[in-house]
Amino acid sequence: MAAPISRARAAGLRPEISAGSRLHLVTGKGGTGKTTVAAALALALASTGRKVLLIEVEGRQSLAQLFDVPALPYEEKRLLTVPGNGSLWGLAVDPEQALIEYLDMFYGLKRSARGLRKMGAVDFVTTVAPGLRDVLITGKIKESVTRTNPDGHLAYDAVVVDAPPTGRITRFLNATREVSKVAKVGPISRQSEGVVSLLRGKQTSIHIVTLLEEMPVQETVDAAAELTDAGFRLGAVIVNRARPCVLPEELLEPGHTVDPELVADGLKQVNLPASLAAGLAREVSDYADRLRVEQENERRLGKVDAPRIEVPDLNPPVEISELHELARVFRAESEDAPR
Amino acid sequence: MTGEQRLDLAALVRDRRTRVIVTCGSGGVGKTTTAAAVALIGAEAGRRTVVLTIDPARRLAQSMGLTELDNTPREVRGVENGRLFAMMLDMKRTFDEVVLQHAPADRAAQILQNPFYVSLSSSFAGTQEYMAMEKLGQLVAADEWDLIVVDTPPSRSALDFLDAPNRLGRFLDGRMIRLLTMPARAGGKAYLKVVSASVAMFAKVFTRILGTELLTDVSSFVSALETMFGGFRQRAEQTYELLKTPGTAFVVVASPEPDALREASYFVERLSAERMPLAGLVLNRVRRTVLDSTGTTLSAARAEAAADALSAKGADRLTGVAEAALRVHSEIAQAAEHDGRMARRFATAHPEVPIVSVPALPADVHDLDGLRTIGSLLTAEASAA
Repeated sequence: MAAPISRARAAGLRPEISAGSRLHLVTGKGGTGKTTVAAALALALASTGRKVLLIEVEGRQSLAQLFDVPALPYEEKRLLTVPGNGSLWGLAVDPEQALIEYLDMFYGLKRSARGLRKMGAVDFVTTVAPGLRDVLITGKIKESVTRTNPDGHLAYDAVVVDAPPTGRITRFLNATREVSKVAKVGPISRQSEGVVSLLRGKQTSIHIVTLLEEMPVQETVDAAAELTDAGFRLGAVIVNRARPCVLPEELLEPGHTVDPELVADGLKQVNLPASLAAGLAREVSDYADRLRVEQENERRLGKVDAPRIEVPDLNPPVEISELHELARVFRAESEDAPR
Repeated sequence: MTGEQRLDLAALVRDRRTRVIVTCGSGGVGKTTTAAAVALIGAEAGRRTVVLTIDPARRLAQSMGLTELDNTPREVRGVENGRLFAMMLDMKRTFDEVVLQHAPADRAAQILQNPFYVSLSSSFAGTQEYMAMEKLGQLVAADEWDLIVVDTPPSRSALDFLDAPNRLGRFLDGRMIRLLTMPARAGGKAYLKVVSASVAMFAKVFTRILGTELLTDVSSFVSALETMFGGFRQRAEQTYELLKTPGTAFVVVASPEPDALREASYFVERLSAERMPLAGLVLNRVRRTVLDSTGTTLSAARAEAAADALSAKGADRLTGVAEAALRVHSEIAQAAEHDGRMARRFATAHPEVPIVSVPALPADVHDLDGLRTIGSLLTAEASAA
């Protein structure tokens, strides 16, 4: 079983991110930025001195793009070293490779597995058996979480997974259980128990990334209910691209309009042409409309019984430096101060 | 926007030669809404139109009168000067129909009850894409429609739509499945002796991993399917070929985000490699300032500086409003600059691809008027140009 995390390591995260969780699964509707959020969370964990593995499972090589490194092989690669002994590693799980590793682990079949692969047999197995892909991936995730070094210490303090989107997450997490129903004997059936108990256990948190837009919020509410019903533990709901409101309260009232004359007077004071005033006034009312929609969506998120974290909108494409900025969101407040 | 060619969707949709429009793109970019808006333009231009959607947002579906996943085209109410039908793909039912159509009755019954078929037809990665393609083939064959708009499934990658049918076809007709059929033909375990060592090894591994029961289910499924392989494959190939004909137009949908545009790039390249007819790119949710549309500009940086200057003067009611307006503008301008950069990046990489940008709306669309608004935004730029 996992060794308890030392106190020093447990520190440094904001309370919404359970320090006791060793496996963080990050899901969300497509387009909500779950890959970026997963990477920022992993970086935050690493910056508290942890050795962290960040896993991608969709074969898109998004991590390589984000960290500006060559495409990741099926092998754990160091992405970053973080001051204070932390480090961040990346792995792109490829189901085919996972199958070969699996065959080798259980049967010492590596050599024949290669031959089979040539015949397309491995592709066949991973494609044909419903859910087997997901079984192999979750199996690999479990292996990374529970692996120990020869000295008996855990190989990683935390594992963060850029998981499949909300529409597929429950099926993904349940795959092992489902396949073990079909495959009643054999190693998958035997191994499934460990995977099922890890994914449903206290060491696992499932975070849902959303935007304050109708569809992502709807999917968040649906996925949260589905996951909870299926017996999984929710971590945090992470509101991505959150913008601080730059309008005074009274301008947000429905029906409130901004007098362009007032704006024009202000513009003159800073030597800007008054002709901009009408356009600016319209922008304010559009902006207020949008904020009201966001507030409504935020209220709808209230149905989800999970702590909420806001991640700011960074307009430039997110690269490593922006990632560090986002990672700070997941750190405890006191950790921010020295910077 | 500078320099790029504009996608003239109005002309495409009204052109009688356009029979099929396929919208594709990664998840979360407004593909379904775009498909519905395009279909509405077609219908209101007097073309008898059907839109096949996959998993639409609940409220959008309701607005089109779609309450069930039942594979039946239902007429959308409130369409002016034309008729629009909408349907939602029922993946399993479509698969069942294929089986019933291509297999003799007794075989069909066997297949439909096979536990392996049941999971394949409801959860095989790619079944949804394949069945969307199959349904499209049926709609075309029915010859009832002037225009068919197909929204592709929300896959992890836009390319899945093109690849999945082939993958499923390969699987059903492939070498591996033929080898797996052998046990059923040769009778029980004796087959291991007559086939090559590698096949024997494969079967052994397969059995070891999944247990014998699944293997038995698979091989009985496969032997039951054998009779319909031909029809299956032929249909998939026909539909794939249909997608290459000039009556088809692919519309790639993206939002001004790096990931979505990367997917769009892959798709554009792939379509060109496959000689499939690409109409262009719809770039949704592009943020703009109001000032841009009035022909004046104020950069985000200048607006921010002006707001700071006002605040330094000490706030009264008067400067407070102007300051807030400048800060709002700065935020919108920053977003607009970002989106403009993204759009230019794509246009530079793919100068041959016509593009139309659709400004971001404050809320999601869930009624016909909203779809009409999107429709007019989709077609506005071209007519203005």
